[in-house]
Amino acid sequence: MDAAGRGDGGPATAAPAPAASEGRAPALQLDGLTRCFAEREALAGVTLTLGAGQTLAVLGPNGAGKTTLLRVLATLLRPHAGSVRVLGDALPHEAWRARARIGLLAHDPLLYRELSARENLRFHARLHGVAPGRVEELLAALRMTARAGEPLRALSRGMVQRVAIARAVLHEPALLLLDEPYANLDPAATALAEPLIGAGAPGARVICSHDPTGALAQADLVLGLRGGRPALLGAPDAIERDQIERLYR
Amino acid sequence: MSQAAPSIQPAAERPLAPGAAAPATGDAGPPPGGATRPHGPGLATTIAAVLRKELLVELRTLESLPGMSLFAVTTFVVFHFALNRGSVDGDLAAGILWVTLLFAAMLGVNRLFVADADQGGLDAFLLAPVDRSALLVAKALALLAYLAVLELVAVPAFALLLLGPSLWHAMPALLAVLALADLGVAAIGTLVAALAVRTRARDLLGPLLALPLLIPVVIGAARASAPLLSFGHGGGPGARWLALLALYDLVFGLIAYAVFDFLLED
Amino acid sequence: MYGRHLRALSLATVALMTAALALVFFYAPLEAEEGFLQKIFYVHVPLAIVSLCGFVAGGVMAIAYLRTRDARWDMRSYVAIHMSLIFALGALICGSIWARGSWGHWWVWSEPTLVSFLIIFLLYATYQPLRFAIEDPERQARYASVFAITAGAFVPLNFLAVRMSTAYLHPRVLGSASNLPAPMALTFLVSLLAIALLWTTLCSYELTAKRARAQLRALRRELAGEDGARVARRPRSAAPAIVATGQRGA
Repeated sequence: MDAAGRGDGGPATAAPAPAASEGRAPALQLDGLTRCFAEREALAGVTLTLGAGQTLAVLGPNGAGKTTLLRVLATLLRPHAGSVRVLGDALPHEAWRARARIGLLAHDPLLYRELSARENLRFHARLHGVAPGRVEELLAALRMTARAGEPLRALSRGMVQRVAIARAVLHEPALLLLDEPYANLDPAATALAEPLIGAGAPGARVICSHDPTGALAQADLVLGLRGGRPALLGAPDAIERDQIERLYR
Repeated sequence: MSQAAPSIQPAAERPLAPGAAAPATGDAGPPPGGATRPHGPGLATTIAAVLRKELLVELRTLESLPGMSLFAVTTFVVFHFALNRGSVDGDLAAGILWVTLLFAAMLGVNRLFVADADQGGLDAFLLAPVDRSALLVAKALALLAYLAVLELVAVPAFALLLLGPSLWHAMPALLAVLALADLGVAAIGTLVAALAVRTRARDLLGPLLALPLLIPVVIGAARASAPLLSFGHGGGPGARWLALLALYDLVFGLIAYAVFDFLLED
Repeated sequence: MYGRHLRALSLATVALMTAALALVFFYAPLEAEEGFLQKIFYVHVPLAIVSLCGFVAGGVMAIAYLRTRDARWDMRSYVAIHMSLIFALGALICGSIWARGSWGHWWVWSEPTLVSFLIIFLLYATYQPLRFAIEDPERQARYASVFAITAGAFVPLNFLAVRMSTAYLHPRVLGSASNLPAPMALTFLVSLLAIALLWTTLCSYELTAKRARAQLRALRRELAGEDGARVARRPRSAAPAIVATGQRGA
C-alpha cells in the first residue's frame, strides 16, 4: 500500500507487507488518519499498516505531530477523520477494548509525585486488574526496590523514568507506545529497560525518537512526519540517509 | 466551485470513518449490558482504587482539608466583626453557617482535579480499561469525605463562637440536612471541578459556575436549618426543604453521571 | 435556517411587533391598580418566558451536539443561549422598572420570578467566559454543551426552589393569568408571539452572519493555497467555529 507522500520528503516508498505473524491481527491499521487542532491539521493523511509484533519508528522535527500520533494510538485523542485500527479494534468506538492491551510511555511519567513508586504502581495495577506481585517483579527488574517506598518527588528524573517504564509495561501490553523512552536514563538503566521496552520486548512497538540511527536499527517500518503529514514511509533499508536529513531541515 | 447559499461542508460533517456507525455518545464505553470487558476491573473495584489513591494523596499533601477547615473558622471570626454580634440564632445563624460551608467547599472543589490534570494522573486513568464514571463517583465520594471533615470542625466551631442556642437539640435533624446538602454540593462540585480544571482561568471559573448552581442547595439547607438553630427548639426542619434537597441531589446526581464522560474524552 | 428565510422572518417580526405595540398602547385596558405602568407587563413577561425557553432550547441543542458531533448544533446552542441572555437582561431591566414603579424599589426579593431570573442570569453569564477559557474548539464545544445541559436542567429546579423560599407572594398579574380579561389576554398573547418571533429572527441573523464569515475564511484560505493553513489563524474566541473546508476531506 502506498503512503500518502505529500510534503517535501523524498519519494514515498511502498510500505512492506506486514509479516503474517501467526494469523494475529496487525498491530496498527491506519488509513488517512487526521487530527485537527482548531483550523490547523496536527496530523493529516497518515496511512500505514504495522504487523503484529513489529516495530514502527516515527521520526520528525519538533512539532511534526509525533506526540499527537502517539496519543491518538493510545486512545487519548479521537481521530477526526480516516480510520484507525489498533490491535484489530477500531478507534474511537472500540477504544475501550483496546485499552487493556496498550501501554504508553509519554513525556510525562503520568505518576503522582506525592506517592511512592510502589503506591503509584499498585494504583495502576488495580486499575488494570493486575496482581500486586507483578509490581514487585518489575520493581526488582528495574532495580528500584530499595527506593520504592519514597515519594517520587524525592527521586531523580532518571529513576522516575524507570517507574514510568514499569507503569507502561505493568499489564503486559501487546502494543507499546514509546515517546523518547531512553531520555534521562543512564546506560545501566537503559540496559535494565531493554528486555521490557527494547527490541527484545514482546508485542509491537511504536517509538518516537530524535535519534534516527538508533531508531532505524530497531525498526521494521519507518514513518517520517513533517507538519503533520507523512513525508516518508518504508522499511529502514529502503530509506536513504538524505531523505532523513531533509526531514529535519 | 460556485454554489448558492452556504453549503460548504463544515469539517465536522466529514464522515469519521468508512465503517463508523452512528456518532458516538461519549467515548464508547463497553456497550451496556453487553460484551464482556476483557482484562478490566469492575466499577466498584475501580471506584475503590481511585478513592483510595485520592485519600492517600490528600493525606500526604494535606492540600485541601486544613485549608478548608481553617477558612471556615476564620470566616466565623470575620462574621463576628462584620455583623458586630456575639451570638446569632435562627435565620441569621443558618445563613452564616451555610454561606461559610459553601465558600469553604469551593476551596476543596478548586483543588479536586488539579493534581490529576497537572501530574498526568488523568491521562493515566484514561488509559486504563475501566468505566470512566468511576472517576466521577470516586471524586464525589472524596469531596464528600472532605466536606464531612470540614463540618466536623466547622459546626462545633460555629456553635462555640457564634451560635446562641444549644447545638445538641438541633443534632440529629441537622445531620440529615448536612448530609443531603453535602450530596448536592459533591455532585455539582465534582462536575464543575472537572469542567473548570482544563480551562485557563480554572480557579476563577470553578466557584463562578458552582455558586449559582448551588443556590437551591443553600435555599433548602438554610431554610431547613433555621428552625433547628433557633431558641426554644422552634420545630423540626420543614419536610419540603428536605424534599427539595433530595430532589436536587437526585436530578443533578443523574445529570452529572450522564455528562461526565463527555468531559474526559478528547 | 441560514439566510433563506431572513427576509420573510424580518417582515413578519416587524409586522407582529407593530401589532403588539398597537395593542398594548391603544387596545389593552388600563389596569385598575397600577395604571399605565402595568403595561410593562406585556414586555417583561414575554421577554422572561422567551428567554427561559431559549435557555432550555440551548440545552436541548447541546444534547443534539453531543449525540451527533455536528458543529452546527453547537453553533445553534451558542446563539440560542447568547440571545436568551440578552433577552434575560431585558427582562431583568423591565422587571426592575416595574418593581420601582409598583413597589418603590429598584429591586424586590419578594418577586420569585425576578429573583430566579437573577440567579439564572448570573449562571448563564458564565457561559461565554467558560467558552473563551478553552482554546481547542472541539473541547470548547463539548464543555459548553455539558454546561448548557446542566444549566438547562437547573432552570426549572431553580424556579421551584425560589418559589418555595419566597414567603410572601405579591399578587402578580401573571399569577392570575388565567383570569386575565379577554383584551389583556389577547394583547399578552400577541406580545408573546412577537417577542418569540423577534428572538428567532435575531438568532437567524446571528447564525447567518457567522456562517458567512466562516465561508469567507474558507475562501480566503483556498485562495492562499497550501500556505493558507499558516495564514491568519482565527483569534481566540468564545464563539464556536464552523470550519468550512471545501475541498479537504471531500
